[in-house]
Amino acid sequence: MRLEPRTEVSLSRFIFAPIVAVITSLLLCSGLIIWSGASVLEAYWMMLTGSIGSAFALAETLSRATPLIFTGLAAAVAFRARFWNIGAEGQLYAGALMVTFLGTGDMNIHGILLPTILFIGSFTAGSLWLFVPSLIKVKFQVDEVVTTLLLNFVMLLLVSLLLEGPLKDPMGLGWPQGAPVLESAELPRLFQGLRVHAGLIIAIILAIVIWQFQIRTTLGYEMKAVGFSRDASQFAGMRVGKILLITAFVSGGLAGLAGYSEVTGLKGNLTLDLSPGFGYTGIVVAMLAQLHPLGVVGSAFFVACIFVGADAMSRSVGVPNYIADVVVASSLLCMLVSMLQVKYRIRWK
Amino acid sequence: MGFWDAGTPCSLPKIYIPVVPEALSLKNINKHFGNLHANQNISLTLNRGEVLALLGENGAGKTTLMNILFGHYVADSGEILVNGKFLPKGSPKASIDAGLGMVHQHFTLADNLSVLDNIILGTQPIWNFRLQRKEAADKIMDLGSRFGLEIDPNFRVAEISMGERQRVEILKALYRNAKILILDEPTAVLTPQESRTLFKTLRQLLNDGLSIIFISHKLAEVLEVSDRIAVLRDGKLVLEENVSETSEKMLAKAMVGRSFKMPIRKDLPAGESLLALENVSVLSPDRGRVLDRASLSVNSREVVGLAGISGNGQRILADVINGMQSPNSGTVFLYGKKIKRFNPREMLVKKVGRIPEDRQGFGVVGDMNLEENAITEVYKNKDYSKLGFLNLKTRNNFAKKIAHEFDIRGVKKNSPVRLLSGGNMQKLILGRVLLQEPKLILAHQPARGLDIGAASFVYERLLDAKMQGCGILLISEDLEELLMISDRILVIHRGKIIEAGKADELSMTNLGLLMAGRQVNAS
Repeated sequence: MRLEPRTEVSLSRFIFAPIVAVITSLLLCSGLIIWSGASVLEAYWMMLTGSIGSAFALAETLSRATPLIFTGLAAAVAFRARFWNIGAEGQLYAGALMVTFLGTGDMNIHGILLPTILFIGSFTAGSLWLFVPSLIKVKFQVDEVVTTLLLNFVMLLLVSLLLEGPLKDPMGLGWPQGAPVLESAELPRLFQGLRVHAGLIIAIILAIVIWQFQIRTTLGYEMKAVGFSRDASQFAGMRVGKILLITAFVSGGLAGLAGYSEVTGLKGNLTLDLSPGFGYTGIVVAMLAQLHPLGVVGSAFFVACIFVGADAMSRSVGVPNYIADVVVASSLLCMLVSMLQVKYRIRWK
Repeated sequence: MGFWDAGTPCSLPKIYIPVVPEALSLKNINKHFGNLHANQNISLTLNRGEVLALLGENGAGKTTLMNILFGHYVADSGEILVNGKFLPKGSPKASIDAGLGMVHQHFTLADNLSVLDNIILGTQPIWNFRLQRKEAADKIMDLGSRFGLEIDPNFRVAEISMGERQRVEILKALYRNAKILILDEPTAVLTPQESRTLFKTLRQLLNDGLSIIFISHKLAEVLEVSDRIAVLRDGKLVLEENVSETSEKMLAKAMVGRSFKMPIRKDLPAGESLLALENVSVLSPDRGRVLDRASLSVNSREVVGLAGISGNGQRILADVINGMQSPNSGTVFLYGKKIKRFNPREMLVKKVGRIPEDRQGFGVVGDMNLEENAITEVYKNKDYSKLGFLNLKTRNNFAKKIAHEFDIRGVKKNSPVRLLSGGNMQKLILGRVLLQEPKLILAHQPARGLDIGAASFVYERLLDAKMQGCGILLISEDLEELLMISDRILVIHRGKIIEAGKADELSMTNLGLLMAGRQVNAS
């Protein structure tokens, strides 16, 4: 068996690849469902209805998709420039922490300015948390995969420390949680009684803005060129280091906004379980979307469907909801294989 | 045994005729890659004790054929006989066992191992490795003295010259008892003198019963060294002749498919000084002075050629002028002014056109399309972007203009440029450079790996630019190219630059001596 590079790249194959990958991974996972003693069709039907079968289910899925769009965009922007930011989880908490600093009343910021300040503040916090790894990457070629990943744990421990100490909500009955954000800082719910909130709108607008930014601006063009070839970009006169720093700034900021959206839109305060790994799942989301900003919206929705649907499925047919992790992980693997198919042709001789 | 013809059916009297089979015989080899028919029904024989030259432009199918021969590819149909015996398909080991040996153009040696280790690597079982080193060294010394390939087996490969590395490659094949030796562009890294020594060695090998396939695109040396010549074009065998019945012209026509005229250089009075280097040195932490007090000057309306064997400091010199490398000492003047900051942007702004040696690595961003690659150097100019927003329309027009004026064919709008042929890729780079109307052009191996057609296109455009007042520094390892295009020639050896003289008054021999670092008295 050999791989031969394809001589042309077709758009249809590009769009088809993720669909094939998802179907393949669902087929693979049906083995596990049978093993746990449920009917495959029933289980997947429960998954479907549990994620989009009712207004309530759909709203739940959308609210789960919201942070994934932010972290997915964060990964997509960075990965496109071949900057491997694995630290979106930490940057998310950095953003959430900044919201707690500024938005709970301690700083005496009130009124209509507050949401804007929190937005900018959380973006900056995420960016700054990524600044040191990106700086030592550019200056000393220190591998950013390691540094960004490890900083996630540093951030989680820092949040834990602050929530047990100075940031602990005095009214929180002793739980390690931050004080609730002021009402003027909260993102409005989109529908009465449903948890989906304005963060979703912000996320989708950002996806469109980033998409256009990548096509139409010199900076977007530079990020793409630098991602594909550092050498050729430098030769053509681009400042590779500077471009990577800006990329990191945007990527970290987007992840920080995920924290902003979760705290002000959904949870209301900072807790240690604010994110069940949204930062890491964002990487999967970005890869499934083939790093396309609009694709991120779609793939975030898909991944949210799997997670929310798996909860419903586990309640009704008794398959453990860990199946969601397996489905998402295997669809990423299938995606990588089908991306190979987009670029290469397999020869069996 | 295999040397005897099997004879005919029993009704006829059995007469055994001793037939010495050809050393190698390829029969109706076909190979497809997708829609590309890379080898079309190729039949070829190599007789015992002869040199068969295999000629052809890039993409003619030479490499595919050799890969089939060595079992790296499996032919779609056809068979291979070595000494009259069928060669199993798709097995590199079987090919080596059958006595085939290949010397690749890009050497396959481990720099950090000794010559001895490189040669015996993979030939001895691990558990008695130590025991046989002495014998192996003796065998290498013996082979070396028999064929004029002397080399101390204890040297590390990193310490020896390109010519010596090639000897090691040949020794490697001989050590494995190769009876058929295939040399792929063997003179590419050699001076003319070293080439001559190589040809002598080849003769000795033939006398010893070896047969040789010599792959090259240098017509003169092919005519000199080979007994028969086969020419491939577009996957087909278009010519197979004894060398006495061919001429340089005929071969060129067979390779390209039409008769061909190379551009002609015209002398112009050189104008003002554009670029001047004075005692420029670059130090490398592990290799010392890679550029050693180099001085040169390029004036407008002239092409200055820089000759030298690969790895003598050309790349670092190019990088200084590209703006990719700051020198450690010395001064560089551009249009009479001293350059203070070395970066590529600075050079671009000052109208220095740069054609890099490694076009895939530095010249283009392979995964972006033609449009995006067209503007890599100009996207910040006000025609192509305003306030950080790209003007997609002028970008599109610029790409179209390059494709049209520089005859780039076979481009699909959204396909990445890495899928372009080397010639088309180089035309893209050339177009991007020339349409910016540079005053000085640094062309580093601008025709490397291009077919004759594309190469002469590049030369013509460069000579046009000279006619319009450009100064050009041409860095090349191809002496024919240098003598054809340049007005003046410099030679670089171990980082030092020597002025060799006017191109008209120079001989290949003298240039070769200078390239090897020897002084030549004015003749």
